[in-house]
Amino acid sequence: MMNYIFAGMILFSFVFAALTGRMAELSEAAMTQAGQAVTLLLSLMGMMCLWNGLMRIAQASGLTGRLSRLLSPVTRRLFHGLDPDGEAVSAATMNLVANFLGLGNAATPLGIKAVCAMEKEQRANGRATDAMAMFIVLNTASVQLIPATTAMLRVQAGAAAPLDILPATWLASGVSLAAGIAAAMLLAPLWRKKR
Amino acid sequence: MTAFGVWAIPTAVVLIVGYGLIKGVRVFEVFLEGAKEGLEMSWRILPALVALVVAVGMFKASGGLDLLSFALSPLGRLLGLPREVMPLALMRPVSGSGAMVVFTDLLKTCGPDSTIGRIASVMMGATETTFYTVALYYGAAHVRDTRHTIPAALTADITGFFMSALAVRLLF
Repeated sequence: MMNYIFAGMILFSFVFAALTGRMAELSEAAMTQAGQAVTLLLSLMGMMCLWNGLMRIAQASGLTGRLSRLLSPVTRRLFHGLDPDGEAVSAATMNLVANFLGLGNAATPLGIKAVCAMEKEQRANGRATDAMAMFIVLNTASVQLIPATTAMLRVQAGAAAPLDILPATWLASGVSLAAGIAAAMLLAPLWRKKR
Repeated sequence: MTAFGVWAIPTAVVLIVGYGLIKGVRVFEVFLEGAKEGLEMSWRILPALVALVVAVGMFKASGGLDLLSFALSPLGRLLGLPREVMPLALMRPVSGSGAMVVFTDLLKTCGPDSTIGRIASVMMGATETTFYTVALYYGAAHVRDTRHTIPAALTADITGFFMSALAVRLLF
């Protein structure tokens, strides 16, 4: 599916740029953005090292184990077929907690680690498992206590009460999380067979 | 709120390192092992990152966002989304920084305390950059067949957009 999205965006941009005469901008974007991606990775790299290092300490001290056990009633139901005490579930748990607290910079490295560990544990061989899909849906539904970046931008824009959107945000993300979980469960059997 | 944001990361770091010390973990050496693994993982996500950042950059440069927002605004109306927030709904799943730019513009033109400004704010808080997440996580794990991941994640996103508009109308 990523194939179609990737190709679709590029083809669409080309056709549209040709029609509106923005080919020069398009050309420049293609050149500069590739370098931009490397810059982005460099900034992400430090975070990846930091949080993977901290994660390893937390594992060695038994902190992740305690956290995983605390959340295991939830994770056991969501991630079928994963060892509840394994590395995958503990990284996933840390990621979900980081996301909930709004620590986006920590959440991404932990999430990448979780999916890599799931791949190893379930011998997925290039094919997403139900647990991986569920995990990604939980990540994209974005349930967070306080959307700090949004709040900050609202402060800058001169909002009277920047956090008055909190109840609405919780309601919207809660319902979208429920819809995502339901969709992941209901759609999984449809992609069971190799296409 | 800002106090929480400022304290959260340092507190988490101190908690992890401090607890490790108490439990007798050789924190520095263990940290280095993990950090090395993080480095390897970073290299694995680079190809996916280049692909996505270039595609999104080209899409933005072509000016296609406005056209697509216009074309999809009937669908937006169906979900109760005002025409003004459509570009945000389209940008949000593909690019975090792109969505931030669109969002900041919206706050400036419509005001943070208008209905549109509030809907946009809730949308920002209640959804994530789905395609970026999928590309990064699966890129690192070498997953090619994403199966039902994208349809399920988009279901969550679309529900999030719909609920954002509804929640703002209900609660304000």
